[in-house]
Amino acid sequence: MILTVQKVNKWFGEEPARTYALREVSFGLDFGEMLYIVGPSGSGKTTLLSVISGILRPNSGSVTVEGKDIWTLDTDALADFRLHGVGFVFQDYHLFPRLTTVENVAVPLILRRVPWEEGLQKSRKILEIVGLSGKGELPPQKLSGGEQQRVAIARAIVAEPDLLIFDEPTASLDGDTGKKILAFVKNNILNERRAIVVVTHDDRIYEYASRIIHMEDGRITDHTGAGQ
Amino acid sequence: MSGLLRLALKLLLSDRGKFVTLVIGITFSVFLMMLMTSMFFGIIEHSAANIINVGAKMWVMDPDVQTPQNSIPMPDYVLDAVRSIPGVEYAMPLYIGAGLVHLDNGTYQAATVVGLDDATLFGRPTLIEGNILDIYRNDAFIVVKDPSYAKLGSPKVGTTFEINDHRGIIAGIGRVSVGSLFGLPTLYTTYTRATQDLPSTRYLTSFILVQPKTDKDIPVIEAQTKKIGYLALTDKEFIARNDSFYEFQTALGTNILIMTLISFVVGLSIAGETFYMFVLDNLERFGALKAIGAKSSELVQMILFQSLVVGFLGFGFGVLLSSALVAFGKLRIPNYAAVITYQNLFMALVMVLIISVISAYIGIRKVIRIDPFDVFRG
Repeated sequence: MILTVQKVNKWFGEEPARTYALREVSFGLDFGEMLYIVGPSGSGKTTLLSVISGILRPNSGSVTVEGKDIWTLDTDALADFRLHGVGFVFQDYHLFPRLTTVENVAVPLILRRVPWEEGLQKSRKILEIVGLSGKGELPPQKLSGGEQQRVAIARAIVAEPDLLIFDEPTASLDGDTGKKILAFVKNNILNERRAIVVVTHDDRIYEYASRIIHMEDGRITDHTGAGQ
Repeated sequence: MSGLLRLALKLLLSDRGKFVTLVIGITFSVFLMMLMTSMFFGIIEHSAANIINVGAKMWVMDPDVQTPQNSIPMPDYVLDAVRSIPGVEYAMPLYIGAGLVHLDNGTYQAATVVGLDDATLFGRPTLIEGNILDIYRNDAFIVVKDPSYAKLGSPKVGTTFEINDHRGIIAGIGRVSVGSLFGLPTLYTTYTRATQDLPSTRYLTSFILVQPKTDKDIPVIEAQTKKIGYLALTDKEFIARNDSFYEFQTALGTNILIMTLISFVVGLSIAGETFYMFVLDNLERFGALKAIGAKSSELVQMILFQSLVVGFLGFGFGVLLSSALVAFGKLRIPNYAAVITYQNLFMALVMVLIISVISAYIGIRKVIRIDPFDVFRG
């Protein structure tokens, strides 16, 4: 088990205006799984994603990643956990428009103090894996939406984290491209040493999930199996 | 350079518009600050011209004297009294006054007249034409070839003129290291002739120049001189007293200080505003970096580095520009009183560092407050 979430509660504000984003959320995730978290807007998907990736502290409950309760860590240790243990693919990609594609991919390595040239070399190899060899020296805005998504994926996996977090990966893509990306992720990025959590409300890509968690009003309302 | 700083540099350089605006803003600010302070130091240096040019180790004067331009004559016995102080190697009188020179073309020109001790000619200028012994000839003067020299009609050795209705003749042409503040030509002659030819008060000695036997005798000479009601200062103390007068007892220091502060505020405003905009433009990316795993201390390091790069570049260009202007001014404008010293370079550098740190601080506050959760919220 790579990830265990137990009775996590998260609320914003104080009583009587307190808003619950997560209520008693519990689930687990195994290596080699691609877990989808789905649900309508405001159901708590993004909050859950932030809590399990060490970004947003829950009010109660625990999040254990590879045996370690991450919310017992201090701020710097949490940053280290994210840097070494988690790869992020943000909804808007958040690529640096003024860096080249390969430099964008190398950002997590640079933060890990890998020498610049070594970081670029490794990033070029990762770009090959995601099918963008030859486009490393272009600025990301010269790439198509699907290609930018691949750059974001390359950035997420370059430091070889065990847990990948995808936030609405198809939100900026057309249906076909979104499906191709997720198929690519399932076939090339997911492996037995890695797990992926995807937040989405795009039902066209459900077929690639190992498991799906349905959320509503901060609660898990349903668990469904692969491809259902 | 670490990858993190290289990344910071790339982010900074790639936003060319803001980068250029930042560098220009700080350059302009440094240029103004350097110009203001170099003018101030130039004026101060020129105001101390007589002290520097005469080169005496110690100066004795009336306690109310603040600058070499405004002496209060002392009675002759003071010279004897100073000579009798233990520790005085030798002492000699010096006259500094003003004379009115009647030029060949019928016009008049005021000039500073320095009367040197007849026996030693201590404090004489370096001669570039003529023989120093000719100063003992009748009516002889040595004219200083500085930017004001032309105001006397660029006299040559042998040129005659009238000074305070007395005949004068140029016996030599000399040079000094620092020109006078008020742009008056300078004439050197003997103490006797200066006190004879120029209108005088009852007492004649403007200053007494003293050479102590050793540096240890200086406090003794200062104390003994004070006992007879006069003031003895080393050349450095006299220069400091002169500086203090111009800094604090005229509006000069205050005005220059205000202008320098305005330049600082202009630089700070341009750099602070532009840097803040730069950080705002990149705020989402800084948030993404934070989410990926950058520590706040690393983001602070990046922003501070960017700000210091801009600051040092602006400082370099500002110094270059102001140095070029001062050099050009010295070539083209007679009596241009501006000098770039280590002091004003250091002052400008400190101000640039303050501008850089404050500009960075404004951005850092914003970046530290970013919640990486916002990156997910969009």
